[in-house]
Amino acid sequence: MSEDTVSRSVTDMDESIAVPRSNGELQFDAPWQARAFGLAVALNEEGAYPWADFSGQLSEIIALGERSGEPEAYYEQWLRTIEMLAIEKGLISESELVAKMTTVAAEDDHSHDDDHHHP
Amino acid sequence: MSEIHVNTDAALRTKALEALLVEKGLVSSEAIDRVVKEFEEDIGPMRGAQVVAKAWVDPDFRKRLLEDGQSAIAEFGFMERPDTELVVVENTDEVHNVVVCTLCSCYPWAVLGLPPTWYKSYAYRARVVREPRKVLKEFGLELPESVEVRVWDSNSDLRYMVLPVRPDGTDHLDEASLASLVTRDSMIGVTRL
Repeated sequence: MSEDTVSRSVTDMDESIAVPRSNGELQFDAPWQARAFGLAVALNEEGAYPWADFSGQLSEIIALGERSGEPEAYYEQWLRTIEMLAIEKGLISESELVAKMTTVAAEDDHSHDDDHHHP
Repeated sequence: MSEIHVNTDAALRTKALEALLVEKGLVSSEAIDRVVKEFEEDIGPMRGAQVVAKAWVDPDFRKRLLEDGQSAIAEFGFMERPDTELVVVENTDEVHNVVVCTLCSCYPWAVLGLPPTWYKSYAYRARVVREPRKVLKEFGLELPESVEVRVWDSNSDLRYMVLPVRPDGTDHLDEASLASLVTRDSMIGVTRL
């Protein structure tokens, strides 16, 4: 049952890299965090990478952050893990990602101020 | 457009990453929706709480739940792994039940969601069997000597959930309000309500 496989991947993560939770439920502080969470799990389900690769990469990023003395927040690290893994596995390239960020940022700008004309 | 740098807003980065991966057909937005929904809403101790509240108000359901947990939770559409059995143990004024998995961290995730950090800790796993009263006391639960403590050791075939005692003074509450009183820890058995 996929639901169970998913749950077990996430629940079996070592405590040092475990997802933040409260009373047994996941804790997201912003909608993008839930999105990033779902993205990582869905990619794994679709066979983009084994869960061990994800948790291994996340663990490295968390350890690096601790050594630097200024670790990023948990889901920032989680997001960075997907970015790095997707690039490393050749699913996407860094330049494609940067280009997409530019497009998405421009679209966001459009939707925010639509009362003036764009060339 | 300004240059994208490391401080680019995480919400924007997430959106771009998702859009790109969807474009490439590597994942669908619907799959992400489903995963998030499963974890956020469907999987969690609220499922267990619903089961407990129903057992408090419906004696027939309570009987079914104690006889065959797996079939009873299926009435809610909840399911543990098909090859495992869910055993629900009932707390009373004379008996207190507490659940552990001494070998690893087997846990009835379908009704209780993600296990708490301490549930997986070696200290809890080792000590709750040896000195349950002392461990419960550390959770703030002091039981009189007259109450018998039973410790249930889960394994991959058998998962346990505790049916807590319905708190006094809740006769006027409906099922939904009762469910909101039920905590995860009370269904593991490290607290009482």
